[in-house]
Amino acid sequence: MSAARPAPEPTIDSKPYWDGLKERRLLLQQCGNCGLVRHYPRPMCDACHSLQVQWIESSRRGRLYSWTEVHHPFVPGFREEIPYVMATVELAEGVRLQCQILNADPDALGLDLPVEIVFREVQDGLVLPFAQVV
Amino acid sequence: MAASLNGKAAVVGIGETAYERGTDKSALALQLEASLKAVADAGLEPKDIDGILPYASGAAVAEDFITNFGLKDVTFSATTPMGGASCVAAIQAAAIAVATGLCRNVLLPIGRRGYSDSRVASRVAAMPQFHVVSEFEAPSGTIAPAQLYAPMARRHMELYGTTADQFAEVAVTMRRHAMLNDNAIMQKPMTVEDHHASRMICDPYRLFDCCLESDGGAAVVISGADRAADTRRPVPILGVAEGHPDSPSVITQRPDITRLGLAKAAPRAFGMAGVGPEDVDVAEIYDCFTWTVVCQLEDLGFCPKGEGGAFVEDGRIGLGGALPVNTHGGLLSQAHIVGMNHVCELVKQMRGEAGRAQVADAEIGLVTGYGDLGDGSLAIMGAAA
Repeated sequence: MSAARPAPEPTIDSKPYWDGLKERRLLLQQCGNCGLVRHYPRPMCDACHSLQVQWIESSRRGRLYSWTEVHHPFVPGFREEIPYVMATVELAEGVRLQCQILNADPDALGLDLPVEIVFREVQDGLVLPFAQVV
Repeated sequence: MAASLNGKAAVVGIGETAYERGTDKSALALQLEASLKAVADAGLEPKDIDGILPYASGAAVAEDFITNFGLKDVTFSATTPMGGASCVAAIQAAAIAVATGLCRNVLLPIGRRGYSDSRVASRVAAMPQFHVVSEFEAPSGTIAPAQLYAPMARRHMELYGTTADQFAEVAVTMRRHAMLNDNAIMQKPMTVEDHHASRMICDPYRLFDCCLESDGGAAVVISGADRAADTRRPVPILGVAEGHPDSPSVITQRPDITRLGLAKAAPRAFGMAGVGPEDVDVAEIYDCFTWTVVCQLEDLGFCPKGEGGAFVEDGRIGLGGALPVNTHGGLLSQAHIVGMNHVCELVKQMRGEAGRAQVADAEIGLVTGYGDLGDGSLAIMGAAA
């Protein structure tokens, strides 16, 4: 049996995000006072300091902000996956996401390449976002 | 006007163990050994230490030094949890403590078994500052510094045309400097071709773009200027600062991932010192990765953003060049002692005691720290009296 990936430990603040992924929805926090979208989940809006929060569903559209092709497995759970490409995706909502690219040709990657976010269950109960070049 | 620490404190002692890959000593024993050397170098005794700033993510706490040195009245202890920026940030905390008279002689020790014990991915995962990365990015496959920092370098390359040849220039220069240093781990010559042939870790980082994992200990003692005058060879601290980038806990959400916390700290430290980058004779720059040096040269103001790659070309950062960098070999080729080795090297340079790597007539030097996903720190020092 292959080693497990590091699993997230959801907090009170982040549980809706992880629950959303299980339903294959990418949920983002929006400030309940000033409307600013933020990520990753946290209690306070850094613009207006409101603790009110609502969750919106992302368009799942974005562009490649940066990337790295990983060749060395620093943790055992990824030994069988290397090489894989980690993408930093800037979503249409203005926040970024760090995820693997499913169909990456490393030589064809470039800044602002359009991608969409899809979902994969990588191990029992753990659904993660992935980028897909569109 | 901002508070100034210029001339209020000095590094009075440095101590280093042998830097190795493989040791039978504990991490605590290593830093006790280095601390004794630093205290002796200052011409002090352990009982003179009344302030302790141990490495925040390390193997020892202030109590360990109180116990082992038998200290009777330590008046100040703290940590500066900023990863690789910790040691230089601790200089600022120590300078504040001695400048206010809170304590007289502050010990900054570090010791680690980075080669013999757990490696970097498991170490950082255990650091509280990494909790956001651990929850939201590690499950997808990013936790080690090489993985986290590679996208910063990649974007810099895409935006500014920075090249692998320029990264290699940094690695080759550090190696050349290490070969002048008897306490440097890497002694085999490296060429640009060797760099390009080393295995890929996280594109664009190859093995030779990444720092070492080392065993060893290092320590410095910082005293107030009045007391420092009685020590063997005090090196005055002219300016010191720390800086935290926007989105400090996670690189992914940072407005500009090619700009570090150091960019905020540098103008403060230079302003405090009353000097500019053009006055710096030697620079010890935290080099966990080659690109990190390139970026810090920009954020320090040695060149505009995007021109760090060109800056490191043509021997400029080598001994004999306009700005010798990491005259000891750095984390890339001397050893990874979280940059306390950089602090010790700068003190040697400012004392004129850097041996074959001595920069002639060095009057102003700086040392930086970088870590924890972007925190930065720097200290500017003057020549020993």
